[in-house]
Amino acid sequence: MLFFSFFKTLIDHEVTVELKNDIQIRGVLKSVDQYLNIKLDNIQVLEEIKYPHMSAVKNVFIRGSVVRYVHLPANAVDVPLLEDATRREAANQAGKGK
Amino acid sequence: MENLTISDAPPPPLQHHAGVGGQGGMPPILGRPPPPLQQLPAQMFTTAAQLLDLTDKKLMVALRDGRKLVGILRSWDQFANLVLQSTKERIFVAPETAPDQPRGLYADIDRGLFLVRGENVLLLGEIDLDKEDDAPPGYDLAEVELVQTLSKKRKQQDKAKEKQKVKMLSKEGFEGENVGEVLL
Repeated sequence: MLFFSFFKTLIDHEVTVELKNDIQIRGVLKSVDQYLNIKLDNIQVLEEIKYPHMSAVKNVFIRGSVVRYVHLPANAVDVPLLEDATRREAANQAGKGK
Repeated sequence: MENLTISDAPPPPLQHHAGVGGQGGMPPILGRPPPPLQQLPAQMFTTAAQLLDLTDKKLMVALRDGRKLVGILRSWDQFANLVLQSTKERIFVAPETAPDQPRGLYADIDRGLFLVRGENVLLLGEIDLDKEDDAPPGYDLAEVELVQTLSKKRKQQDKAKEKQKVKMLSKEGFEGENVGEVLL
């Protein structure tokens, strides 16, 4: 659940989501769920001319399974905190394995 | 939305006219206590909550096989299985597919009711009703038959191109993440 929690800290930040079909969508992250499905508001599609079906769309729900990358705003990521949380999660998992 | 699990406490038992002598609390209405106040948290981070505000809205649904459906979302579940009403399939052909076609073309085909299995969904987009009647920039509405033939032609071209690309890459030892299946 680490990444789920991490994405929750990015709510209301602008991110760019790159899908497995190469389309890149920039928008304000509004919601995320356990499958890392993503909701973006006020979207803007890069290379819009290639994706005419998106022209009248203002907000999207993206299925987590089709996401390739999420480009994050660097200043919104607390790296030490994330490292810490990662170690804690790893320790937890190791504890469970025993 | 109610998310009940087995570990949840059972609902409080109904108080059958327990108020003899008026032991405080709310007076029973027609023999029942008032229903408990249910409040949702401001943001619920579940699939259900995300899809809930898209329900009964006009959506553009992009599928894994490249189809674009425009319809009204009537029902769904946690896998993003969807029911769409009054669906139209919208087909596009890019500019320059035919020799004398500088602009892109699109057409709508009436499809009716759709049940889409969740795994085939790429994304759902809520359509801005102010813009829904405008043609996409660089595109014009055209005859369905014309657009269908052109899009078939385009698909074959793209398929051949992709095949060649995969072949060249595999010669160099690369293997794409969707070999054999092109996501559109």
